[in-house]
Amino acid sequence: MRQAFIDTASALIEQDPRTALVLADISAAAFEQTALKHPDRVLNVGIREQLMIGVAGGLALTGLRPIAHSYATFLIDRAYEQIKLDLAHQGVGAILVSVGASYDGSSAGYTHMSPMDVQLIDTLPGWTVHVPGHPGEVASLLTTATAHDDPVYLRLSTQANDIAYADAGLLRPVRHGTKALVVAVGPMLAPVLEATRGLDVTVAYTHTPRPFDTTGLRELAVSGNIALIEPYLAGTSAHVVSAALADRPHRLLSLGVTRRDLHSYGTPADHARQHGLDPTTLRTSLTTWLP
Amino acid sequence: MPLLTRLTGDEKHAPSAFSTLDVLWVLYDRVLRVDPHRPDDPDRDRFLLSKGHGPAAYYAVLAAKGFLPHDWLDDLAGADSPLGHHPDRLRVPGVEISSGSLGHGLGLGVGTALGLRAQGRLEPRVYVLLGDAELDEGSNHEAIAYAGATGLDTITAVVIDNRSASHGWPGGIASRFAVHGWTAVTVDGRDHDAVEAGLKQAAEGAPHVVVAVVETKGS
Repeated sequence: MRQAFIDTASALIEQDPRTALVLADISAAAFEQTALKHPDRVLNVGIREQLMIGVAGGLALTGLRPIAHSYATFLIDRAYEQIKLDLAHQGVGAILVSVGASYDGSSAGYTHMSPMDVQLIDTLPGWTVHVPGHPGEVASLLTTATAHDDPVYLRLSTQANDIAYADAGLLRPVRHGTKALVVAVGPMLAPVLEATRGLDVTVAYTHTPRPFDTTGLRELAVSGNIALIEPYLAGTSAHVVSAALADRPHRLLSLGVTRRDLHSYGTPADHARQHGLDPTTLRTSLTTWLP
Repeated sequence: MPLLTRLTGDEKHAPSAFSTLDVLWVLYDRVLRVDPHRPDDPDRDRFLLSKGHGPAAYYAVLAAKGFLPHDWLDDLAGADSPLGHHPDRLRVPGVEISSGSLGHGLGLGVGTALGLRAQGRLEPRVYVLLGDAELDEGSNHEAIAYAGATGLDTITAVVIDNRSASHGWPGGIASRFAVHGWTAVTVDGRDHDAVEAGLKQAAEGAPHVVVAVVETKGS
């Protein structure tokens, strides 16, 4: 996904004089040639993430469409107040593109993890959040985001599904059943499909949890049983689902990254298992919960 | 001053409001190329009040220069007033940034200067007003270092120094900028000619800072 972002952003800088890229050292080497050709619109501010967002806000105030990029923990967690005040509060937007989703950087430890990024963005009004599940989904999401001025968060991961779905801005059913609706966000689709093999459930996929497709949710949640499987903090979209189904009885199971700081390293697969997001543990959680 | 006294309400940051008054007047009366009839002119100079605390003087100067009606001053921070204790750019004509939380204006100003340059707009200058206590915020130093390292010569910072930083600035405020390559001048913040001269000393190839010294807070 990261390479798809680099390729697409480089092309956009080349083609669209309104597009600008702000970096804080991360990925700077990958944009070196583009920066040489367009030094006024490829800006590496150094390891200064507060400034990165402030500069993005300033660029947007002059009418440019800035893309700011770093690890999620530095881009979102560290610069949260700048995101809150220097962008939408000023009446301008930007495209924030992160790598290092949740425990992608597990071997680096908790300092390089941000399972809470989408929830932090969700505290702010007006943001679109894309969580692609496949590298093939990245280019169109980024390109579409450059065509307007609203705030967009594009969360890239090293975890990926087997298939790219171009039409997954809304909830896209990929398996049909009767007992429950299982919503898989972004790269959770692959483990969810494995975990639900042989179960009588509908599985729907989306790469865009904000705005959440509440119309599709109401259509697909006919059983009243909804399992929400997200690759970031568990329950991040629970309030949206609950509000959308407030007028009908329903049961909601929210799974995602737990709030525990594991103080451990290892692989993303190790962390998925410890947070209950591997196929085996997901299947146990779902079959225990299903009516 | 009559417009300032017209402001009502509980102005929580009165020393902040008055410390900036003379610098704001010189900026809007002698330096900034802005037009209240064309507040969105893309080639206008930009003035960013980073030190959003105490905007009474700012509102009064904007009213005096025709950016907003004088009667808006009669209901500062009222429920229906567009004028709050911290300014909102989406509600007040001529206000370039919404501010209040300290340490945001200089980063936004650097981005604004870079955005203008990227679009070939080389005439507009970006002015950012900060307070000496506001410099405690580390975000300012990210902007100071980057603007200096890249020779961003279309930005001018104005620091109102009323010695309100809790731990002071040993060696002086100007030196904190100069060490990063800024041209720096310290002036009497109540002397209009000195402030104007300081603002106009910006040189090619480096960002510029004017430290405007006023009475010590509380004196």
